[in-house]
Amino acid sequence: MKNVKIFGGIALVLLFVSSFAMGFKVGENDNLDNGYQVGDVATDFSLKNVDGKMVSLADFDTAKGFLVIFTCNTCPYARAYEDRIIALDAKYKPQGVPVVAIMPNNPSDKPGDSFAKMKERAAEIGFTFPYLMDEGQKVYPQYGATRTPHVFLLEKTKSGNMVKYIGAIDDNYQDASQVDEKFVENAVDAMLAGNEIDPKTTKAIGCGIK
Amino acid sequence: MNRLFVLGIVVAIFIGCADKKKGNKEVMENGDNDKVAQKTTENSDVKFPVYDFDGLEPMLHKQDDRIYIINFWATWCQPCIEEMPYFEKVYKEQKHNNVELVLVNLDMPNMWKTRLEPYVEKNKIQGTVVILDDPKQNDWIPKVSEEWGGGIPATLIYNKDRRTFYEHGFTYEELNEALNKFKK
Repeated sequence: MKNVKIFGGIALVLLFVSSFAMGFKVGENDNLDNGYQVGDVATDFSLKNVDGKMVSLADFDTAKGFLVIFTCNTCPYARAYEDRIIALDAKYKPQGVPVVAIMPNNPSDKPGDSFAKMKERAAEIGFTFPYLMDEGQKVYPQYGATRTPHVFLLEKTKSGNMVKYIGAIDDNYQDASQVDEKFVENAVDAMLAGNEIDPKTTKAIGCGIK
Repeated sequence: MNRLFVLGIVVAIFIGCADKKKGNKEVMENGDNDKVAQKTTENSDVKFPVYDFDGLEPMLHKQDDRIYIINFWATWCQPCIEEMPYFEKVYKEQKHNNVELVLVNLDMPNMWKTRLEPYVEKNKIQGTVVILDDPKQNDWIPKVSEEWGGGIPATLIYNKDRRTFYEHGFTYEELNEALNKFKK
């Protein structure tokens, strides 16, 4: 076991070094592989909300869990899901699982995702949940978010906020009325009922985080 | 006879990109023939073939002697647009070496006419542009590659013996390097 850890450590260092050697793009990709799997305990953070206040998961005393959703202003897929994210918050905040949205892009690469533009978008669409800037892009690599929108369902447990589901909101980005499977709703319902979540991960096209 | 001619034009447009300009011209020149114009718009409101995944899948599994570069992209995807010139350049340089470039576009339907067509036209894209319109992404993404999380740009390079999937953007040098691994 110890050997495995040491070996893993060396492998990580090698990956880290090689990612620099091979350039930033590969480095980004390595982050993805190192992100959370279902069952991991997710880190808390302290990020600035569009209202100027800092927000942490620890602030939500009564929450049973969280829908941490990486999303942004500039991605057409993220935009297609804005109303559905608001609906998720409306449905699950009262049940103790609020939405916490995080904007992971670097605004100097994507000016449309600047803090000022985030404020505008949140007001325009009427976000009912925190919309946080991942200042310095430190949080999304820890989670292993690769695209927007990308959902991480967390359950508050004694050992921390445990990752229960990773993936897409549902199975049809184009048309909410044509959705066959509401992945996130099914996952939250199962979690709250103490049932097995199935599927625990799903995939969707999204905008690569930049 | 007329039908054959129409079919010919449609096929010419679909085969598309290399001869796209010519294809357009043919339609234009025959613009006075209402039936032709009508038929063309009916068949393809957009200039490129539109597939669901079942329709696209055979392109990902050809068993001939060519090397296929399959790039998943969209006009709204900034890094996709940034790498497009490299794909085009490599394709122009390598197409005589049995290399094919298929550009699988993931724009939303409302962008096909407004963004995709103008982009392809303006940049004189040479690769074969096809549209993948299949919202059941969780079903088809793993069929492209189990490794793929769903971010774009993403690229599959394959020949009949092997395949490699890349969920990141390429530079010109990186793409050549990746391609060279298939030439041995």
